[in-house]
Amino acid sequence: MNKVMSNKFYIAFYIAPALLLLLILVFIPLVLSGYYGLMDWDGIGEKTFIGLENYITGIQDKLFWNSAFHSFLLAIFSTLSLIIYLTVSFILASKIKGADLLRKIYLIPMLLSSVAIAQLWVKIYNPSNGILNVFLMSIGVENPPLWLANPSIVLFAIFVPILWQYAGFYILIYYAALKNIPESLIEAARIDGATPFQIATRIKLPLIKEVVSVTIVLAIVGSLKYFDLIYVMTAGGPNGASEVMASYMYKLAFSNYNFGYGSAIGFLLLIITLIVTFIVRKLTETKDKLEY
Amino acid sequence: MGRIGYFFLYLALIVVGLFQILPLVWLFLFSLKDNNEIFAGSPFALPSEFRWENYEKVWNGGIGTYFFNSVWITVLAIILTVLFASMAAFAITRLKWKLSGLVLGLFMVGLMIPIHSALIPLYSMFLSVNLIDNPISIVITYTAYNLPITLMILLGFYYTLPHEIEEAAVIDGCSIHRMFFQIILPMTTPILATTIVINMIYNWNEFVFVNTFISSEGYKTLTVGIQNFIGQYMTDWGAIGATLVISVLPIIIAFIFFSNKVVEGISSSAVKG
Repeated sequence: MNKVMSNKFYIAFYIAPALLLLLILVFIPLVLSGYYGLMDWDGIGEKTFIGLENYITGIQDKLFWNSAFHSFLLAIFSTLSLIIYLTVSFILASKIKGADLLRKIYLIPMLLSSVAIAQLWVKIYNPSNGILNVFLMSIGVENPPLWLANPSIVLFAIFVPILWQYAGFYILIYYAALKNIPESLIEAARIDGATPFQIATRIKLPLIKEVVSVTIVLAIVGSLKYFDLIYVMTAGGPNGASEVMASYMYKLAFSNYNFGYGSAIGFLLLIITLIVTFIVRKLTETKDKLEY
Repeated sequence: MGRIGYFFLYLALIVVGLFQILPLVWLFLFSLKDNNEIFAGSPFALPSEFRWENYEKVWNGGIGTYFFNSVWITVLAIILTVLFASMAAFAITRLKWKLSGLVLGLFMVGLMIPIHSALIPLYSMFLSVNLIDNPISIVITYTAYNLPITLMILLGFYYTLPHEIEEAAVIDGCSIHRMFFQIILPMTTPILATTIVINMIYNWNEFVFVNTFISSEGYKTLTVGIQNFIGQYMTDWGAIGATLVISVLPIIIAFIFFSNKVVEGISSSAVKG
């Protein structure tokens, strides 16, 4: 039995296709990204080794930190929005008829491509014919904002479709976790005279703490990687007001053909993501594993 | 809680539901109107006449090609991903080798990395083997980047399969290949369905790889194609709406039929990530 199951040929046969693809197309490029970052390179011609110059430029690059700041702002918005999602999930899990159908309806935007979502919201934000401004004008607002053209509100305007897109996803996760709490615990609290609010905050919330920490990691790390939606809606504009790390890197490489510097920024993006993932995991770690 | 309390809870849930769904209703409605009606009429009014010709116009104007590219690239990448991930799950959970833990760890790390960090090196790798502007680069990239999540979803199921299965199979003189392809793989059908719908959603919606590696119109998929297309029809809202509806329709239809699988896949992909 063991002899058959530890045959080296079979092991190689079954693991090789997946492992090779992972190594060649995921891990090697990551390492190469760090290496290309050491080069002066336009993507087509010769690479010239220039040491850490690109990385030093990157660390001093105001435009890069500007884009990183926007990415972190989106991460904060996304984390705060978890409170809304959590509230909705609490309501949804409180013996609501049709909860299953509702959570599926909430999920629909999550299934659509970011490109389609971006195009749709560009239309929603259209200054004169989008539903948002049509509505605002119909209730008497005379000069509704130019949502995507105004540098001071564009990031908020971009965040709304993000909120819309991911709502169903987080509600789904929270709802499943809340439904997992044994009814007997809730019943016991109710008999002891706990109000629904107390049950939610003092009993249910601590019980799903672990799931909440996972979603915080997902929300923050996910935000640092945002690209498609912003690239299509504003391409980082107006004047860099909605530039994020990934869109800045993309612009450097595929619009300015600065592959060396773009690689360095891409590598910094990787390092920042890994560090943030590590820190957030540490901060949200739940030490006492709950058993029930 | 009293009746009034429940009334407000339902009200809140319905408001959230409307926020989620109304933008899509509006999209569908304006996809059937012309500009005069969109700009002058009420946003949620039914079209005075259903202008299906918007759909016909964009389909024949190039969306059809993008659509078929999306279909075959999505399907091919799903088949490769699900097959390779199943084989890997089998190797990791059933076969006995020292490095299996390390390899599993590599796939886990693969879940976290930002694809944009790998984009430039991938581009130059494909350039050096002449795969830029070739859909093969897209298919293998989709496969590689969806392997970790697919493997994670499959693993949970593989761990629950009883070991008696392969013991019995080995005693009966069954080869490893037959054991995998004829016994284990068919047993995983329910979870395979989940991974298939999840992969379908990912592949159908993917944008940045196609946008970066493909330049010929003839190879573009819907997400990238509709970008150019909308540039072309910038002022014709009905056509833009029809384009967007066509691009999201297959996913919506899949969701209607397989909503439980989608829910299952999305929740298991999140909790493990």
